[in-house]
Amino acid sequence: MNANILPTGSVYSLVADTSAVERHTLSVLVDNEPGILARIAGLFSARGFNIDSLTVSETEHEQGLSRITVVTKANLKVLVQIKRQLERLVPVHRVVDLTATGKSLERELALVKVAGEGDDRIEALRLADAFRAQVVDASTNSFVFEITGKPTKIEQFIALMMPLGLVEVVRTGLAAIARGPEPM
Amino acid sequence: MAEEMSGAEMVIRALQDQGVEHIFGYPGGAVLPIYDAIFQQDKVQHILVRHEQGATHMAEGYARSTGKVGCVLVTSGPGATNAVTGLTDALLDSIPMVCISGQVATPLIGSDAFQECDTVGITRNCTKHNYLVKSVEDLPRILHEAFYIASSGRPGPVVIDVPKDVQFAIGDYYKPAAHTSHKSYRPQIEGDHKAIEEAVELMMRAKRPIFYTGGGVINSGPEASRNLRELAELTGFPVTSTLMGLGAFPASSSQWMGMLGMHGTYEANMAMHDCDLMINIGARFDDRITGRVDAFSPNSTKIHVDIDPSSINKNIVIDLPIIGDCNHVLEEMIRIWRTRTNTSREEELKPWWHQIEKWRAVDSLRYKGSDEVIKPQFAIERLAAAVKDKDVYITTEVGQHQMWAAQYFPFDLPNRWMTSGGLGTMGYGLPAAVGVQVAHKDALVIDIAGEASVQMTMQEFSTAVQYRLPIKVFILNNEYMGMVRQWQELLHGGRYSQSYSESLPDFVKMAEAYGGKGIRCEDPKELDAAIKEMIDYDGPVLFDCRVTKEENCFPMIPSGKAHNEMILPDTADVGNIIDDKGKVLV
Ligand SMILES: Cc1ncc(C[n+]2csc(CCOP(=O)(O)OP(=O)(O)O)c2C)c(N)n1
Ligand SMILES: [Mg+2]
Repeated sequence: MNANILPTGSVYSLVADTSAVERHTLSVLVDNEPGILARIAGLFSARGFNIDSLTVSETEHEQGLSRITVVTKANLKVLVQIKRQLERLVPVHRVVDLTATGKSLERELALVKVAGEGDDRIEALRLADAFRAQVVDASTNSFVFEITGKPTKIEQFIALMMPLGLVEVVRTGLAAIARGPEPM
Repeated sequence: MAEEMSGAEMVIRALQDQGVEHIFGYPGGAVLPIYDAIFQQDKVQHILVRHEQGATHMAEGYARSTGKVGCVLVTSGPGATNAVTGLTDALLDSIPMVCISGQVATPLIGSDAFQECDTVGITRNCTKHNYLVKSVEDLPRILHEAFYIASSGRPGPVVIDVPKDVQFAIGDYYKPAAHTSHKSYRPQIEGDHKAIEEAVELMMRAKRPIFYTGGGVINSGPEASRNLRELAELTGFPVTSTLMGLGAFPASSSQWMGMLGMHGTYEANMAMHDCDLMINIGARFDDRITGRVDAFSPNSTKIHVDIDPSSINKNIVIDLPIIGDCNHVLEEMIRIWRTRTNTSREEELKPWWHQIEKWRAVDSLRYKGSDEVIKPQFAIERLAAAVKDKDVYITTEVGQHQMWAAQYFPFDLPNRWMTSGGLGTMGYGLPAAVGVQVAHKDALVIDIAGEASVQMTMQEFSTAVQYRLPIKVFILNNEYMGMVRQWQELLHGGRYSQSYSESLPDFVKMAEAYGGKGIRCEDPKELDAAIKEMIDYDGPVLFDCRVTKEENCFPMIPSGKAHNEMILPDTADVGNIIDDKGKVLV
């Protein structure tokens, strides 16, 4: 029955949706054919779904398969729709909701450029060490750090660099995989 | 096995090998090699249209009336963009279609070459799938795959964009494989057995059940319609259907409730609202059906049979989803029902039917007749009476006339009713009728039209004349974009902004100018004779049927209202029924 449909007072097709929004990571196995990224991104925009992060790259070369990791925010009902709509695309092999299926590993890489002198420079180096960030470029008044980890860790690192002369950041977006021996 | 030929020849060979007999198209620079290949064979007949949109609707009419894939051939740039409306229409109504478009040569792609457009980019979201063929080696596979994808699972349009150098290139052609399969696309045909058993259990216990059927039953093939009839007879349940599903269940059956939804019958909508078990077979809970979703059938258990998993729980929360092909699921339901019971449930369903009879007695399709002017409803009733014993196919345009056709023209067979439901495309009906007539040479094919809609693709009347396709275009001419005018009356204080059909052409002269026949009728007493004249004429006819100008289409569930809040034909003061919230909805 229409258990989650709200009582009257709203109008048709415009039922207010107050259900909780969750952040989910989806792993999508696709044929690596031209236009596949546009197809996936186009589906999200055409249906009004939200994309927080999207990464794509060929992972199984012989079979010509790519893995797309999408982070999206939606309520549970919309999350099911997103999965079903993705599965409907002809070049999509599988869609796994890594957040729903339990524990998964999530990693992101960021390159962080910091410029400064004196104490700020020393403090930046010290923090980078604590975060296990690598120095991948250095000049007399700047560093580029490479940091990997969960998005929260990267965010924290960036926040700490802010007062120490943060210049710019690039992030890869999320790569995620399920724990345990099985493939997706 | 492999045979060497040019890409253009492959296109035509693949059409032949896929059993295609007709293709609707229009030539241009980027498809000339394919037109050359057409010239040198006679298995696939090409129907030359007047506008590419016409070709797409013809292919839709062809497909919907035969169950086969409709085929279209257009050139690059404007040819492809003109096809977009028909592709979108086919996507929303799940019509199998393959559209081949020419493209500029691969080295020119991206250079803004003459008549270049990003066809795969433009059509990505209005097709089930699309391809840009970059090499002639891929062409045979893509051609066969396109037919498989268009026609299997939930059908839909597929575009194949073929650059001109690929059409000239020589490569190996392969015939379609005996067993088609695809590495990632695998539609689920068989419904889950456990779920079907559970559905039958629910059906055996239901006190106020209803079958709510849709276009999926038609798409599933004539066998599905036969099985629906059988299951309805076995169970004794009432049946209603969406606009797209008309004909899957015979209108002449005592179990038929009429169409449901915005302009559906009172009994169908009330029964949907009050039922305790809703069995949706091949419909998708479109907003024209549900009305206000939060008040939609509040106390029922809902079963939903659909081949497309994304339809489940999209608009309405479902208790028991069954993903599979309608025909397969219907067959299983019948089989399981038979093993479980052999007694009729007539006695238990009596109170429900009694209630339904009360709703029926409201007679929501009544209208005030007239001796002076032709009422549009009357015109459809007379048309239906005149063609009762004929092999007849009906197409429509979009507007009030479409709804009146759905309400007053009874369909007893599937594939006889072609209308633009999901997209609501004015200009669909005339070319669709041409497509139907191409497939059914000796049948009586009638486009029930509005004077505004028909002018959108009027030029295809010329196609009908060229190929001696005796389509009948029955225009309910109310001199208004009637449906727009009705909404303006209901929602906008009767301010008829831009909805009057000004400067109408003389349709009789127009028909004659095209080389067809024109008939005009404005007197209800002469209507039968005029309709007979139309039917008896062996050639295309434009029938200008002058009807009441400001007739409204009722019953109606206004926007923002629930199924049990219908406007009936004689509800007074229609201007105040829709509240402000309803006005923002379409
Ligand atoms: C291509 C297109 N443009 C606009 C509309 C909006 N529209 C829906 S019905 C209608 C009026 C149709 O008028 P007519 O063909 O005379 O039919 P009637 O309602 O009078 O029977 C319009 C403009 C549409 N459905 N399709
Ligand atoms: Mg009109």
